[in-house]
Amino acid sequence: MLVMAFRIALRALARNKLRSFLTMLGIIIGVGAVIAMVAIGEGAKKKVQEQIASLGTNLLVILPGTVTLGGARTGSGGRQTLVASDAKAIMNEVPVVSGASPVVRQVQQVIAGGQNWSTPVQGVAPEFQQIREWQVQEGRFISQADVESTAKIALIGQTVAYNLFGDNDPIGAIIRIKKIPFRVIGILGAKGQSGNGTDQDDVVMVPYTTMMKLVMGVTYIQQIIVAAVSADTTQEANNQITSLLRQRHKIRPGADDDFMIRNLSDIAEAASSSATVMAVLLGSIASVSLLVGGIGIMNIMLVSVTERTREIGIRMAVGARSRDIMLQFIVEAVVMAASGGVIGILVGIGSSNLIKYLAELPTLIRPDIIAISFLVSGTVGIFFGFYPARKAAQLDPIDALRYE
Amino acid sequence: MLEHHNPSAPSRDVHLDIEGEVIRIRDLHKTYKMGDIEVDALGGVNVDIQRGEFIAVTGASGSGKSTFMNILGCLDRPTNGSYFLEGQDVSALSSDELAHIRNRKIGFVFQGFNLLHRTSAVENVELPMMYNGFQSKERRQRALEVLKLVGLEERSHHLPNQLSGGQQQRVAIARSLVNRPSLILADEPTGNLDTKTSVEIMELFQNLNEKEGITIVLVTHEPDIAAYAKRQIVFRDGLIISDIRKN
Repeated sequence: MLVMAFRIALRALARNKLRSFLTMLGIIIGVGAVIAMVAIGEGAKKKVQEQIASLGTNLLVILPGTVTLGGARTGSGGRQTLVASDAKAIMNEVPVVSGASPVVRQVQQVIAGGQNWSTPVQGVAPEFQQIREWQVQEGRFISQADVESTAKIALIGQTVAYNLFGDNDPIGAIIRIKKIPFRVIGILGAKGQSGNGTDQDDVVMVPYTTMMKLVMGVTYIQQIIVAAVSADTTQEANNQITSLLRQRHKIRPGADDDFMIRNLSDIAEAASSSATVMAVLLGSIASVSLLVGGIGIMNIMLVSVTERTREIGIRMAVGARSRDIMLQFIVEAVVMAASGGVIGILVGIGSSNLIKYLAELPTLIRPDIIAISFLVSGTVGIFFGFYPARKAAQLDPIDALRYE
Repeated sequence: MLEHHNPSAPSRDVHLDIEGEVIRIRDLHKTYKMGDIEVDALGGVNVDIQRGEFIAVTGASGSGKSTFMNILGCLDRPTNGSYFLEGQDVSALSSDELAHIRNRKIGFVFQGFNLLHRTSAVENVELPMMYNGFQSKERRQRALEVLKLVGLEERSHHLPNQLSGGQQQRVAIARSLVNRPSLILADEPTGNLDTKTSVEIMELFQNLNEKEGITIVLVTHEPDIAAYAKRQIVFRDGLIISDIRKN
């Protein structure tokens, strides 16, 4: 019975292919848009999660400054309360910490031979390499000896190497930072773009002591980056660092910390969940299109029922019951909606692939969204086909047969 | 001459087994409400129809013949009275039950043919079988069988717009026969046809009636057409004023 209704429906829709297609268009666009939008959102989320993985879920960043007495946050630009010995103390006295490095950073003009390049120069400790899992492509990383002797040595990132030296080997060459000559002792491995789009390979690394004393002329440090022994111990590390620093900075019980500890993976999680929110929002907007598509189907079905009044009368005369007529028209609506859904899914997959190629945005197709979209489009068909189908089923055969 | 029966009123569940009787109508009334006014379309009609009869129903417009045919065809219910179709009281059945009766027991032939557009002849003939669960192979077989009976087996895959008026009406007649109904109801079947084709169609009806024993009730206002039938019932003002059998 259902198979027959299905066949009758297909026949009826094929009778006016253009009209059927135009009616389906609303559903096609709606479903296609939902699939593409969610794919973009999912792609963004996945990229963020990959960056969490590449950053390490066991990283903490300690920044100076916190909420002042007045309730305002000073942020990382507030009072400078971190010193290099804090980092050393953390490493020595917190057992769940595997490494801690001070970080001081400033954008500087770096000159090599005839080339110059404006880049962030970062002063770090030897532990930095292990904490960030940053490979050295050539040469060697900063050593403890370099730190103690405030050596004028540097490692350069891929982007800097390319821009200052082109294809030439930079090892052993001299670069000038703030007129101070630094010898290049290594090239950093590639890291790519960070979560917020900055080029991580556009960097020069020097010993933090050299950076503080010779380049910036400061006694404070801007950050301490810490690696916990494992992802599970991150919270414990957080707690122990907090109590250690409070002690070192002589903060009274009850007073606020003069530092902030940020868990990198929390930041990344926040970015990930905001990507999800974006996907849901975009998807919802696209769903409105589905609603409009459904209304379009109802509209056309109503017209169709009126046009086919005579036909309905004939069917009733030869023995179709109300429910046969009802089923016929609901199936027609569902077939239209579901076909629109299938085409919409293909269009959605196609456009998200197109976006991936053209806009270089990552996209990820979710099979459950595809299944849901298909079911929703079918439901839209049933829901919006119901009223016209009922109108058809309630026709009086005698009047219907007389209809011009 | 009308035969006289005792107008008993048995319950609708009892089937009267009177051999050869297809239709027994007693005191049939149909009243329409038009706003505040009540119109008596039929005012107490009594009719018996035997199997194998060929009846012409005539009368002016408004005489009640269309109302009568609608009730006969189970498209409408009487306000009062009884209608026994093959021994079953169909006067108070539900819409779904009436649809079932129409499907199995009644075949319609209309003035305007009423075939489905963009649908082939054989598919048109199959239409009644779509509503009683026949398989597609059985349907096709039976449809071709009746198309042969009306002489159109060569054009089974033509669309209505590829067929002449007479051919379309033949398809419609085939459709009406496909479920082996107790009765064919034809409403001005030659109204849209020229004289020559009308004759062909009426001869087909005669053939079906005489050779296959099919009971036919035909509405017309043309005396030439009515003459093909063996019995003529005349309506006026909602009542039968004459019911004459030939020879």
